Amino acid sequence: MRELITQTWSWWFSGTLIAAIMFFLLYFGQSFGFSSNLRTICAASGLGKKAKFFDFNWKTQIWNLVFLVGAIIGGFIAYQFMSPADPAVQISASTIEDLGKLGFSAPTSLQPTELFSWDAVFTLKGFAILATGGILVGFGSRYAGGCTSGHAISGLSNLQLPSLVAVIGFFIGGLVMTFFILPLIF
Amino acid sequence: MKLIKFLILGIVFGIVMAKSEAISWFRIQEMFRFQAFHMYGIIGTAVILGVIGVALIKKYKIRDFHGNPILFHPKEKSFTRYMVGGTIFGLGWALSGACPGPMVVNIGYGFFAMIIVFFFANVGTFLYGYFKDKLPH
Repeated sequence: MRELITQTWSWWFSGTLIAAIMFFLLYFGQSFGFSSNLRTICAASGLGKKAKFFDFNWKTQIWNLVFLVGAIIGGFIAYQFMSPADPAVQISASTIEDLGKLGFSAPTSLQPTELFSWDAVFTLKGFAILATGGILVGFGSRYAGGCTSGHAISGLSNLQLPSLVAVIGFFIGGLVMTFFILPLIF
Repeated sequence: MKLIKFLILGIVFGIVMAKSEAISWFRIQEMFRFQAFHMYGIIGTAVILGVIGVALIKKYKIRDFHGNPILFHPKEKSFTRYMVGGTIFGLGWALSGACPGPMVVNIGYGFFAMIIVFFFANVGTFLYGYFKDKLPH
């Protein structure tokens, strides 16, 4: 029984729960879009004085910040109480092989030590990778008007053409990074 | 305690993201290399159920719990911002292995290096806001 909780959750169960979260948010009068929080955090930090994009009544977005806090707690609960005996993520053998060619060791947890261990973080290259990744995600999500939750889930559910364009963009960027830029970095 | 329901939904979201392994850099790499169905299955299931649910909400004019109609605000019509912004986002997604939601779930999971990624995601959003008027949309 405990296995059901600790093992990797199936795609259909996980996808169903994500759709349920989206509908609960709609029922509570809001909409599912996580990256809006980044704009809210900038506004709450007083950056409205620097750029008028952040000069809005961010207090109407507190519900989403609370959702963000919940997501952190959820991650903690998953780690603390629902971890599998073997924490290595079970990705396909071909992915392990491809990443091995770039110098990544096989997974021992959910994240590669080559990117997220303190040894990696405190090198100039390691820090630059994490910082650049963050900047690209933060810049791109607001430029595109949404991230995976806002465009790929909420937007496609409403059959919005702009969201389809954004999701195609997500994949163009992701494929360019995976097949052309990562081999240059590693 | 109007906010507690959002806290609970956030907790469920965090648990699902972690237990489905969607917060894993390895899973995102596997997705972009088309080497497993897992991530496509997660997003695909959510979208198919989402399309059906949204259609039902519109057809039956379902109201939210305040009694207000559930409205969907169409995104402004444009191509450039979605294609260019989306591509920039995708570059960062494949590099850091996390979109904004999974970033904070990772922090809760104990991958504290993700705090750096999340901090700089805010910097990226600030840069967008600062240069917004100079960018093609």
